[in-house]
Amino acid sequence: MKVLSGLIAAAAVAGVATAASAGTLDDIKAKGFVQCGVSTGVAGFAFTDDKGNWQGFDPAVCQAVGAAIFGDPSKVKYTPTTGKTRFEALKSGEIDMLARNTTWTLSRDADLKLTFVGINYYDGQGFMVPKALGVKSAKELGGASVCIQTGTTTELNLAEYFRTNNMKYEPVPIETNAEGRQNYLAGRCDVYTTDASGLAATRGTFENPADHVLLPEIISKEPLGPLVRHGDDQWADIVRWTLNVLITAEELGVTAANADKMSTSSANPEVKRMLGTEGNTGEMLGLRPDWGLQALKAGGNYGEIFERFIGSKTPIGLERGLNAQWVNGGLIYSPPIR
Amino acid sequence: MTDTTETFAPGTHPDLPPPLGSRGIVKWMRENLFSSATNTVLTLLGAYLIYLAVPAFLDWFILDAVFDAGSRNECWERAGGACWSVVVVRFDQLMYGFYPEELRWRVDLAFLLLFVALAPVLFDKVPGRRYLAIFSIVYPVIAFFLLWGGMGLEPVESAKFGGFMLTVLIGVSGIIASLPLGIVLALGRRSELIVLRVVCICFIEFIRGVPLITLLFIASTLLNYFLPPGSNFDLLLRVLIMVTLFAAAYLAEVIRGGLQAIPKGQFEAAMSMGMSYWKMMGLIVLPQAMKISIPGIVNTFIGLYKDTTLVVIIGLLDPLGLSQSILADSKWQGLSTEIYIFIAIFFFLSCFSMSRYSIYLENKLHRGHKR
Repeated sequence: MKVLSGLIAAAAVAGVATAASAGTLDDIKAKGFVQCGVSTGVAGFAFTDDKGNWQGFDPAVCQAVGAAIFGDPSKVKYTPTTGKTRFEALKSGEIDMLARNTTWTLSRDADLKLTFVGINYYDGQGFMVPKALGVKSAKELGGASVCIQTGTTTELNLAEYFRTNNMKYEPVPIETNAEGRQNYLAGRCDVYTTDASGLAATRGTFENPADHVLLPEIISKEPLGPLVRHGDDQWADIVRWTLNVLITAEELGVTAANADKMSTSSANPEVKRMLGTEGNTGEMLGLRPDWGLQALKAGGNYGEIFERFIGSKTPIGLERGLNAQWVNGGLIYSPPIR
Repeated sequence: MTDTTETFAPGTHPDLPPPLGSRGIVKWMRENLFSSATNTVLTLLGAYLIYLAVPAFLDWFILDAVFDAGSRNECWERAGGACWSVVVVRFDQLMYGFYPEELRWRVDLAFLLLFVALAPVLFDKVPGRRYLAIFSIVYPVIAFFLLWGGMGLEPVESAKFGGFMLTVLIGVSGIIASLPLGIVLALGRRSELIVLRVVCICFIEFIRGVPLITLLFIASTLLNYFLPPGSNFDLLLRVLIMVTLFAAAYLAEVIRGGLQAIPKGQFEAAMSMGMSYWKMMGLIVLPQAMKISIPGIVNTFIGLYKDTTLVVIIGLLDPLGLSQSILADSKWQGLSTEIYIFIAIFFFLSCFSMSRYSIYLENKLHRGHKR
């Protein structure tokens, strides 16, 4: 028995040692691909296309990271994760990074020991009502019946919001988004509430989306972003700055189409530093010199990715809103690349 | 005019058919549909409901349905019926998941061979049954290499498995592996060896005491902490083991029910013939017990087969999981009804054939003591 417990302890120590010392980047280079956790399907954010490849606003970040490391956005393998398995998959090393509309909170950062590398979508809880109801503001919703997913933070937010505004509501509990959609369309509730991006995506599935409006009030903060596990800062830096390149590129007007030309002809030194024709940012991160150029060419800059998957021209139809560049009055802002 | 009158001697006239109102369909309708005022009202009401529902459903299901559109919007512009295009376009994905396209023949082959391997087990009038039975025994090995690769075949990682292929794989392996394990557990629980009995009881009660989802979570997350770091024990294999253990515990109790229904005299008769424990069980008791348990066993199998859809919670994409990722594509979103109907048809066909086979088996083994 003693021998056995000794062995287990030794194995545990060895396990901790290997987990802490292994460079994620070296592992990734050795196996030849980035293992990226995505969701099992959120409209516009992660889905499979007709050929069976993962696409969407979140996988686009993984593809940019794959391109930054290997110069090839297809060097990514995807692990579909659910709300319940996503953190375990990341912590156990099954996946290298998680890009799965996950809200950045203190407890996930400190208690679950995860590192959020940035925010690629500022979400928040909103309300959807039928246009025929004539409601213009969430403050007019007193006495309404509300479809609400049970056991989520949205439920708590809703209760707090109605209490602070001295209004009453009648909750209609639902389990999944699909159930909420059915109940709302059948008129079992006057209002449907969940994250605004989810509301917009759900509205996109209606036969007459124009008959429903999203109210202007956003009652909670849900900053979504990619994350990695604690303990490998170099790897966190790589994912963080790949995301920052996509954001900076939009700010500086560099797109997938003009990136090659800009890398030599641009007069702006930050563009050249970002695209690897000046300075040694790649070397600092442990990547190839043209990592930024490759990341950008994978799927375009932040704005291009946004418009392609969830923007106002897609059936999801999300406005930039909070997710506009800071120069346009939004919150999307990247520290300088220098 | 021809003269058709015939004369009969008294008592020799052949029976005339009953009057129109008391034979054929009219009689049947009178007796079954219009036998009283209430029944007449109910019949008319039912007919009206059928008239309302069936044509509308047929319109939606077939007549106004679109099969070859490129996106949901195209469907909705063309007609108001079902948009089966999503199933047509994503058919391969729903079948094979992410399995590489050029290697899908291996899945097809493994599926076909499954029936060859099952034939001698399921039916006793198969020609060359003895030789086929040998094939049935080695089939799991063949299937493993066909699906996962190796031995000269290009390896495919199980993360690429998905769709109905995953359902059938988990369902069939669970069913095949759990039956022998369930028999052993049932015998162990009734054994007179106390250690064996306690082990079996603990196992069965533990597994039956926790939901399958919990076991799947153990397979997907907790096992990673027990295994040495760096060792990559295939998630799908872990799930297969858990599903098998789960089904085995339930089967053990079903079979124990069968064992307890065998009269004590059967055991005593076998022992008085000088049979050993294994001979008594194998030749006398188990054949009878298994026959009694058939409905319960098949019930467990069907339940297990449908429970495979739970793997979606740990991120394995069975058809229901894939439907989620397909419907998240803005080209196809909102078509959940079509995909769910398609998946339902598949599950119905699988489960219904299992249930029909069980009826066939019961009739075949019927020895005249049916009540």
